[in-house]
Amino acid sequence: MKWLSDYIVDRLQTSLQLPDFSGTRYRALRHLARGGMGTVWLAEDTILNRQVAVKILDPADDSGELASRLLREARVLARLEHPGIVPVHDAGTLGDGRAFYCMKYVEGQTLDQYVGSGSSLPERLNLVQRIAEPLAFAHSRGILHRDLKPENIMIGSFGEVLVMDWGVAKVKEGVRSAVGTEAQGDSSSNLANGLPGTAHGRILGTPGYMSPEQARGDIDSIDERADVFSLGAILAFMLTGGGTEELDRSRPSGPSQPLPRPLKAVCAKAMAPDPTTRYGSVQDLSSDVAKYLEGLPVVAYRESIFERAGRLFARHRVAVVLVSAYLLMRLLFILFSRL
Amino acid sequence: MSESGSFPITRHSIVVAAQSSDPVERSRAIEAVTAAYWKPMYKYIRMKWGMAREDAQDFTQEFFTRLMQKEFLEAYDPSKGRLRTFLRTCADRLYLNQSRDAQRLKRSGGAAHLPLDFDEAERELAKVAAAESLEEYFEKEWVRSLFSLALERLRAQCESSGKAIHFTLFERYDLAEEDGPKPSYAELAGEFRLAVTDVTNYLAFARREFRRAVLNQLREMTASEEEFRREAQALLGVDPA
Repeated sequence: MKWLSDYIVDRLQTSLQLPDFSGTRYRALRHLARGGMGTVWLAEDTILNRQVAVKILDPADDSGELASRLLREARVLARLEHPGIVPVHDAGTLGDGRAFYCMKYVEGQTLDQYVGSGSSLPERLNLVQRIAEPLAFAHSRGILHRDLKPENIMIGSFGEVLVMDWGVAKVKEGVRSAVGTEAQGDSSSNLANGLPGTAHGRILGTPGYMSPEQARGDIDSIDERADVFSLGAILAFMLTGGGTEELDRSRPSGPSQPLPRPLKAVCAKAMAPDPTTRYGSVQDLSSDVAKYLEGLPVVAYRESIFERAGRLFARHRVAVVLVSAYLLMRLLFILFSRL
Repeated sequence: MSESGSFPITRHSIVVAAQSSDPVERSRAIEAVTAAYWKPMYKYIRMKWGMAREDAQDFTQEFFTRLMQKEFLEAYDPSKGRLRTFLRTCADRLYLNQSRDAQRLKRSGGAAHLPLDFDEAERELAKVAAAESLEEYFEKEWVRSLFSLALERLRAQCESSGKAIHFTLFERYDLAEEDGPKPSYAELAGEFRLAVTDVTNYLAFARREFRRAVLNQLREMTASEEEFRREAQALLGVDPA
């Protein structure tokens, strides 16, 4: 047997790591990211001469279960044509048997990187509203994300906001046939964890951002409000700028940083342990954030009369100053006219 | 002892088979374990314990004989760690026990004689660059052993299916040494009277099959699907960003 030098071992290992794009229209450029079960590569579409991102399953699995999961994820994405969701272009199998799908390559930074770059509070709150838009769209199509976290939100170079990584998305009854999910039990695409199905008791999501019902593996009770919880955790993250540890410390009553009370209440309501006391939808959460931005009272917080006066003053500052100035002048006029 | 891909290509884990009660299955499995691990183990003990060449040979013979005699593997629990870590720990323990009891077997005294090519291992040992740690060294040797076995499988597969030229091209291009001749695709096409596109396709085939052979070898060397995936990711995955 030929002895393999370090040079050859390294070279073989490198070539094994490269996806085998032979027979496809793609050419590998560089590795972009690694997930639980696969890698994302930057590749060139040699027919259209454009860069794309290709998500590839690691090794081909015996049963083909993981490959079908990846295909389901691609199909989920294909159903979600929205400016806030990365479009999928193609799906298939590489020459070496590994499943892949190809999607738009988005240049930019993830939300956690973006928050560290010093954006203002209104900018951050606007972002939360924009994250809610594709989520609301997905919910209207019967699809729950279930793994929302700052690392899965991409802010593009031109300010576009994209919700990424739908690998553990839950497809609700009635949509399953379209994405090829099985009819029994939960039909989630569970690629990130590499599990063959999402049985009751199995935990999906990311600690710090997943709802308590998800953490319990109570999949039957998971609905849109699980994503509401995660979006609330993202809001808290964007307000505190802290990591999930900070979020953990702030629970169960919400983030502990000195925040405007209405915003703190919005976070607390979104992240309520009991789903029935959360916002009913991501639109409701987004709407409360919009109200805060417009200086209106938020649903999540009952303000005192002083807080209400302060908020009204802040919202109508110019009008209040003008009316006060007018009244002062009238008063002075009356006083001087009596002298 | 066969070092080639004589062990049938199977999706079954030889680690599990090595603990089987069926002596035939067990013996074949341990033979495969020995083929994959004896060289890394021999080099490891030579480096770690500074054993003389002959002592290390005796020790390796004894270690794998004991393995055959069901002495170690019964205690292996795949859920607690990787097989190679377990084997390394067993070897360390065996060495310490023997040192303590001063009961080292005399040369060729007692251990069955396994046909292991120690001269080749010694030549390889001399060529290996110093690694950062012994653990790292053992890991690297394990990868080297894994690739060597996978290459032998690929060679056997190509030869038996009339595709010897595919392997030859792979050997000439992908296994070319850093300081040796590196023919281009066009040069290989000229030398073997092929079209350049044929060279491209044959090499793509060989690389694909090599990858498959490595994964098959790895699957056999791991005890569970989870361990296989973890190992495959470590071996074939890229550096975490």
